[in-house]
Amino acid sequence: MVFEPKTVMVMLASSVFGLFVGAVPGLTATMATALLVPVTFFMPPIMAIAAIVTATAMAIFSGDIPGCLLRMPGTPASAAYTDEAYAMTRKGQAETALGAGLVFSAIGGLFGTAVLILSAPTLADFALRFSSFEYFWLVLLGLSCAIVITAEQPLKGTVSLLIGLLIACVGLGNPAGFPRFTFGNVELLGGIGLIPLMIGMFAISEILRFAVDTNPPLKVVDQPIGNVFKGMWALTKKYPVQILRGSALGTLVGALPGAGADIAAWMSYAVSKKMSKEPEKFGTGHVEGIVESGSANNSALAGAWIPALVFGIPGDSITAIVIGVLYMKNINPGPTLFTQNPQNIYAVYLLFIVANLIMIPLGWWCIKVSKGILRVPRNILMPVILLFCVVGAFAINNTAFDISVMLVAGVVGYFLEENGFPVAPAILGVVLGGMLEENFVTSMIKSDGDLLAFFSRPLAAVLGTLTLAAWFLPPVIRRLRRLAGA
Amino acid sequence: MKVNDAIFGAVLLLLGIAVLVHVPSFPAIPGQKVGPAIFPGLVASALVVCAVILIVNGLRRRASQPWFEMSDWLHSRTHIIAFLVTIAGVVAYVLFAQAVGFLIIAPLVLIALFLAYGVRPRTAVVTAVLVSLVIHFAFYKLLRVPLPWGVLPPF
Repeated sequence: MVFEPKTVMVMLASSVFGLFVGAVPGLTATMATALLVPVTFFMPPIMAIAAIVTATAMAIFSGDIPGCLLRMPGTPASAAYTDEAYAMTRKGQAETALGAGLVFSAIGGLFGTAVLILSAPTLADFALRFSSFEYFWLVLLGLSCAIVITAEQPLKGTVSLLIGLLIACVGLGNPAGFPRFTFGNVELLGGIGLIPLMIGMFAISEILRFAVDTNPPLKVVDQPIGNVFKGMWALTKKYPVQILRGSALGTLVGALPGAGADIAAWMSYAVSKKMSKEPEKFGTGHVEGIVESGSANNSALAGAWIPALVFGIPGDSITAIVIGVLYMKNINPGPTLFTQNPQNIYAVYLLFIVANLIMIPLGWWCIKVSKGILRVPRNILMPVILLFCVVGAFAINNTAFDISVMLVAGVVGYFLEENGFPVAPAILGVVLGGMLEENFVTSMIKSDGDLLAFFSRPLAAVLGTLTLAAWFLPPVIRRLRRLAGA
Repeated sequence: MKVNDAIFGAVLLLLGIAVLVHVPSFPAIPGQKVGPAIFPGLVASALVVCAVILIVNGLRRRASQPWFEMSDWLHSRTHIIAFLVTIAGVVAYVLFAQAVGFLIIAPLVLIALFLAYGVRPRTAVVTAVLVSLVIHFAFYKLLRVPLPWGVLPPF
């Protein structure tokens, strides 16, 4: 399935797409996925996943390129080490920075894939024993983690999540089959479309941000870039621990719902600096941090698929989108995927491996043409993307209503983010709201309204306690720290 | 444009209360204690709690957080126009695409956006027409999405 000619062509095309989107600052990997969805809507499932996997793997790497050359990260995942890479460029070592980003991204990605391949079947086996109580707590725990880990202000993250959950309540899709919040509008019977919502929140809001960006346009560092692969083997021998640590941390963080490549890269850079033998060199143009966090952000991509495939709970925004796509194609993520359609799983593994391997030649080519890419004027690019979004949003259900949803989502998303409300928890809420409600109502019906039943099964009790801990421990710890300090 | 948290809190409070007022009208699942009302009800209750906290925080921080804080771009006419044209472009598409057809409305919207973003007029027109044709081809012919023809004859 993976090596069919059409799939290979799709993979190459989406690699180029991903490389391009990642390399242009202001276009993120999540946006690339959101833009791909209307196109993959018409493809068979494996081709669709192939497109998304390759595009995102490339985009996360190519975000390093403008970071290195322009000091402006192409995607948030590269922001952690942009300053370091730019410092290296100023020392004339751009090719080492870029090469490190490329090679160790591929290695990190392969490591994450290996963990995915090894752990997913075991976890799926474990997940087969889950009933509605466990799933309820797992989804709630995942959502809580997403807020606790990522949001600067957990309160605003929670609000965003609650808004997402409310949006998920619109329509017929609930255990009672009763049309909620439709106000007589036929379009709303099916609920508020996930894809127009996403395109709005991730793409339209970026375009609006660009429209009002008062910063002057970018200027490329005019310097020849030498052979990027020179010295990479030496670096591999010099920093094996960093590579391993970065990849492991990245995979773990990626597997945590809501925390994706960008968080993985920040955490990994911080860990690298702390555990380094030469911490004073960090920030002056030292490649060690790039080696470690470069592998972290790509391994996070693979790690995010672990909970996505096994439980249907997204590990990051990209997998949130993918899960939506999978449901639409009637491939329901979860342990049954492993028992009933294992060939799909093997295809996904193979796709990840291939994507990370072709990253090396394609990434090398991208570095070579990067100066050209970075010269594409963004004021021409953005309106084109806007039209693409409009048509893409229309293409899902062929109704103009979806375009309006997209626009409203974009404007609201822009204002929310301007005021510190993260948008990712809202998307998680929309994607997981249905699953959360279904498991909640099923559990309540099973237990006949008895809330204590949610802790009756041992695994459910553990998950439930963890969730409550995630809610109540952080504020308690903060209060205790304040008391201790005072 | 930044807004004091209390205002967000107030809006969200209204939203939460509106939901809580609306949900009891949902019928229950026959024979069960829980129905379609319970989940939105719980979410809305949580939203109300968070909204109240937001209002309290916003009022407490009134010194450092003004009611409305104008961002840089609100002082620049070009940027305000760019922002409004972006939104207006999508609205125009929604309103007129069916009537006039994709191949007319798309280049018009693109030209408006290009000019608002500072692209030179000649480049704007040429690129707008080219891009519209390419996107039409990709979505209509390749993906079979029924983009409206409007006043033009189909080809």
